[in-house]
Amino acid sequence: MANPLRGEVVRLYKNLLYLGREYPKGGDYFRDRLRTAFSKNKSVQDQEQIKALIARGEFVGRELEALYFLRKYRAMKKRYYEEWCYPVGWRAKKKRTEVLL
Amino acid sequence: MSGRVLVGVKRVIDYAVKIRVKPDHSGVVTDGVKHSMNPFCEIAVEEAVKLKEKKLMKEVVVVSCGPQQSQETIRTALAMGADRGIHVEVSGKDYETLGPLQVSKILAALAKKEDAQLIILGKQAIDDDCNQTGQMTAALLDWPQGTFASEVSLEKDGIKVVREIDGGLETIKISTPAVLTADLRLNTPRYATLPNIMKAKKKKIANVKPADLGVDLTSRLEVLRVDEPPQRQAGMKVETVDDLVSKLKDAGKV
Repeated sequence: MANPLRGEVVRLYKNLLYLGREYPKGGDYFRDRLRTAFSKNKSVQDQEQIKALIARGEFVGRELEALYFLRKYRAMKKRYYEEWCYPVGWRAKKKRTEVLL
Repeated sequence: MSGRVLVGVKRVIDYAVKIRVKPDHSGVVTDGVKHSMNPFCEIAVEEAVKLKEKKLMKEVVVVSCGPQQSQETIRTALAMGADRGIHVEVSGKDYETLGPLQVSKILAALAKKEDAQLIILGKQAIDDDCNQTGQMTAALLDWPQGTFASEVSLEKDGIKVVREIDGGLETIKISTPAVLTADLRLNTPRYATLPNIMKAKKKKIANVKPADLGVDLTSRLEVLRVDEPPQRQAGMKVETVDDLVSKLKDAGKV
């Protein structure tokens, strides 16, 4: 695959791998799903398609960052501020990141 | 206003880890346990980086006091956008007794040495929950303090700080130089992604010993005992409302 976009794809993969270490279901679980997702699209050659897939990968990265931030924020809020409970629908956010992969 | 911001960060046990008390009740198990930057310190670093990005401050210097591993925490802060780091090496017995008083003495000495205009700290550390370092640092330097800051804006004649207090929000204006402590709602800290961490490897981390700063680390406190909080009692399930009322009456609550 001597595609000019190869470098970007590899960089995206490494980024997502690094981000996925703290995934709630385990870094290994995330890594396996990540590898499956990337190898599924191994044979794509069209530049536009690859760019679209890279954009989707970056979106997953941003979703992960949001997930980690929300988890930490809510843990801090629960511990240090009284009369606070999880808002409705917070579990849906966690599920969404999984489906995207 | 152009100047240097000093940000203090602390390496603590990760917030998601289940804490275990040592069998001899002398402290908490820290060996082999995941550590990371204190969440409130992350918010402090983010605020400092934001000030630099808005061109209100020239340089962000990150400080951490602790053993060799504290350098990882400084690297994370550098990856978030700080310019350089200072690692104050404290290890062994000194590190076990290191508390807000000693840290604030170190920060005060560094602020004078580095000629800082602003010190931003997290409001408290999640491991000791002292909430003292910021206040003590301000007192040692005789600088005004804006603690529990949920909004900070730099103006020509000072800093406007909106503080989160029990009754709601309090807006104060303080002159520079000043000490600020960050509360949860100040900002959303950015994640230190891999490319940023790679770039941060080129940034410098200076090594300093407390003796170089002329700080005495002896502690006036001694930890006598550490215990776990009492276990939560299991709840009881009841079938009907009458059942609930009779159970409450039995327990003497009604």
